Amino acid sequence: MDHLDRLEAQSIFILREAYKKFGKLGMLWSIGKDSTVLLWLAKKAFFGHCPFPLIHVDTTYKIPEMITFRDRVAKEYNLDLIVHINEEALQEGMGPEKGRLVCCKALKTDGLQQVVTKYEFEGLILGIRRDEEGSRSKERVFSERNKDSEWDYTNQPPELWDQFKTDFPKGNHIRVHPILHWNEIDIWSYIAREKIPLVDLYFAKNGKRYRSLGCAPCTGQIESTATSVEEIIEELKNTTVSERAGRAQDQEDSYAMQKLRKDGYM
Amino acid sequence: MDIARETLNIVVVGHVDHGKSTVIGRLLYDTKSLPEGAIEKVKRISREKGKPFEYAYLLDAFEEEQKQGITIDTTRLQFQTAKRDYVIIDAPGHKEFLKNMISGAASAEAALLIIDAQEGIQEQSRRHGYILSLLGIQKVYVLVNKMDLIDYSRDKFNQIKQEMNDFLHNLGVYPLKYIPVAAFFGENIAHPSDKMPWYQGESLLTAIDLFEKEQGLENKPLRFPIQDVYKFDSRRIIAGRIETGTLQVGDEILISPSNKVTKVKSIEYWADRDKRQSVSAGMSVGITVEDEFFNQRGEFISHVHNAPFSADTFKINLFWMGRQALVKNREYKLKLATQEVECEILSIVKVVDATTLAAAENAERVKTNDVAEVVLRSKKKICFDEFKNNQHTGRFVIVDGYDVSGGGIISGLVEQIQTTGKFVKHELEMAVNCFDEYFFVRAEGAVKRAAGRARVFHIGDILPAVGKTYEYPADFDVWDSQANLVAKIRKTKLQDLVPWREYQYEAVPLLDTYGAAILIESAADLAKLKGELDLGAEPDKEHPPVPADKWFKFTQYRNIGYTDTDLTAACEYHI
Repeated sequence: MDHLDRLEAQSIFILREAYKKFGKLGMLWSIGKDSTVLLWLAKKAFFGHCPFPLIHVDTTYKIPEMITFRDRVAKEYNLDLIVHINEEALQEGMGPEKGRLVCCKALKTDGLQQVVTKYEFEGLILGIRRDEEGSRSKERVFSERNKDSEWDYTNQPPELWDQFKTDFPKGNHIRVHPILHWNEIDIWSYIAREKIPLVDLYFAKNGKRYRSLGCAPCTGQIESTATSVEEIIEELKNTTVSERAGRAQDQEDSYAMQKLRKDGYM
Repeated sequence: MDIARETLNIVVVGHVDHGKSTVIGRLLYDTKSLPEGAIEKVKRISREKGKPFEYAYLLDAFEEEQKQGITIDTTRLQFQTAKRDYVIIDAPGHKEFLKNMISGAASAEAALLIIDAQEGIQEQSRRHGYILSLLGIQKVYVLVNKMDLIDYSRDKFNQIKQEMNDFLHNLGVYPLKYIPVAAFFGENIAHPSDKMPWYQGESLLTAIDLFEKEQGLENKPLRFPIQDVYKFDSRRIIAGRIETGTLQVGDEILISPSNKVTKVKSIEYWADRDKRQSVSAGMSVGITVEDEFFNQRGEFISHVHNAPFSADTFKINLFWMGRQALVKNREYKLKLATQEVECEILSIVKVVDATTLAAAENAERVKTNDVAEVVLRSKKKICFDEFKNNQHTGRFVIVDGYDVSGGGIISGLVEQIQTTGKFVKHELEMAVNCFDEYFFVRAEGAVKRAAGRARVFHIGDILPAVGKTYEYPADFDVWDSQANLVAKIRKTKLQDLVPWREYQYEAVPLLDTYGAAILIESAADLAKLKGELDLGAEPDKEHPPVPADKWFKFTQYRNIGYTDTDLTAACEYHI
């Protein structure tokens, strides 16, 4: 087994644990590279099937190509797709001009909370990785959230020998993180190896590309000439800029991500 | 990236403030493994907080951690050398965050144990050393940090080295290297230090490349715990991860504990590149089998020879992280590989103080952060191996309510199990081994006890008074010095259980729970024995302060059998 084989086997094991343990299970799909890899891993884990719904929390501020790609793949894979928009917040005029963290909280965190409540999810699969930022580096593979989706990060349960947290009071849910142990280059190497279809935004046009995808107003492009997966891998090997440097909400505060994630952000 | 590279997981442990996060922070800094802006961010935070710069802030990402200058939860960071990739796991040193330390250490293949040169060995240095031994982590370097505070003194370094070596050797942990470092200044971290010319060994960065990765899991006996059974389409796929060994299409396999034998029909896949005829340790796979029995999660697939143990009673070593103590007469959930089963504690053999190695033998409970030897019984048989033979299938966690509260390893085979029979009268119970058999095993040159079938005898039940290696009279009494009870056996039936202090001599032989005769022949002898016991205020339950050779004779009603090979042939095992 090589490096990618080991990462893949561990992720499949985690996905299967989640499917076995949670009657009400859904997987977040942000249309980005990580959750698209996750979808691919699910197809492998369940031999061509994806036995749970995919959830897209749509802020309506997403880059339009993302929505086109979402609808095309959903149709091709015959996915059970839940698209949720926090309509109330939008009607009250929520947007990034109200403050980036306020906007993320309302349209993403609260939007997600509404989905969890509506569908009574016990388990939510998310494509976060430890190398993305500090508070994610401390995450568990199975991470409990209370009924308000809050994360008690100072008192996380022991997690050893792949025995995950599967017992919890009704109303709480578990965030399942099958690719927590992957890094950015792993993701791209795997995309290259498996030839996983991706949204075009990651590939350079006119000297710029997106390295991390989010909402249009808060996501910046990087200078790049990488037009293929191989060129992206080469570019990443030679950069010391962090992956989420283009995500404006992260830079609002020294502990922005910790604060957002404590309240239930992805 | 060269995907054929190997990855090694290293945990960094040790007492609070001895510099675990600093060692890692400096290692990452010196090897230029940090993203641009990371150092600047830490400098900014230090300025905002009015505190001096700390490498540790690179890892201690939580606001609470940076404000208090401690590590609360474990962090994993990746970095590379020319040789391979590493995941460095930073573990908290505070006692109250021991469960986080264990979460980090459990996935490690090697460890760095950090000791402050000035403070020397402290409580968590020892406790973490103990946890490493329990987790089976054998590859350990000890880093003596903050050498600058003791003027890079060779003598003090040697003194700590000697003291820690003595402690760890008692646990069966033999550190491969001791490295003197001053992490904050980078001495002996990524580069050899010129402050310590007396040290001839490697710097940390060079040394970690010398850890040898465990190989060969695919050559061990096959252990394939069933994770789930899928029927999404026409195929009935048994899914799971191969923990050890190798499985091929056409192999004859045994499914335990249900004891069914069948053959592997196919190895299933979705993407074409995953098509294969043979799968091995570490892979998450799916197979179909020729005979479609009812299979379920938790069962173990092995080859017909080299099957795992199937049993419901076993001896374990565990560490307890629960908020509530581990006690007898309470139901817990055991999770081992993909098995989940209700279990209870049969007996607490001893509780060990992980910092002094002192053992408390009469413990009634195992408290938070205690380490203990315990006999556990599960509601139904489970499959497992002894930890020393197979780490993956010899370790488990215990769930108390909603929480994973303990972790441990299976250490015990049957001859070490204390309880094989039980006398019961209402709420009174005594454990007895007097119906076990003893054999001299020629292959081992030793006498071994073979436990009989575990049986519970109630008042009025007929007892197996004659066995292969023992023959008791029809009337006798059995004294349990632990429970302070005496069982009366009349006409080979269990007649009564009475408290020891009320027991009167009735002119029948008195035995101990192992079936050894207690040499009393009169009421006066009994009074004398009781008198000797009363001299000690609190009798030590494991070793009653009664001169054994004066009062006990093992072969009065027993003899020792003789067997050629091993005990399984000679006697029916409980396990």
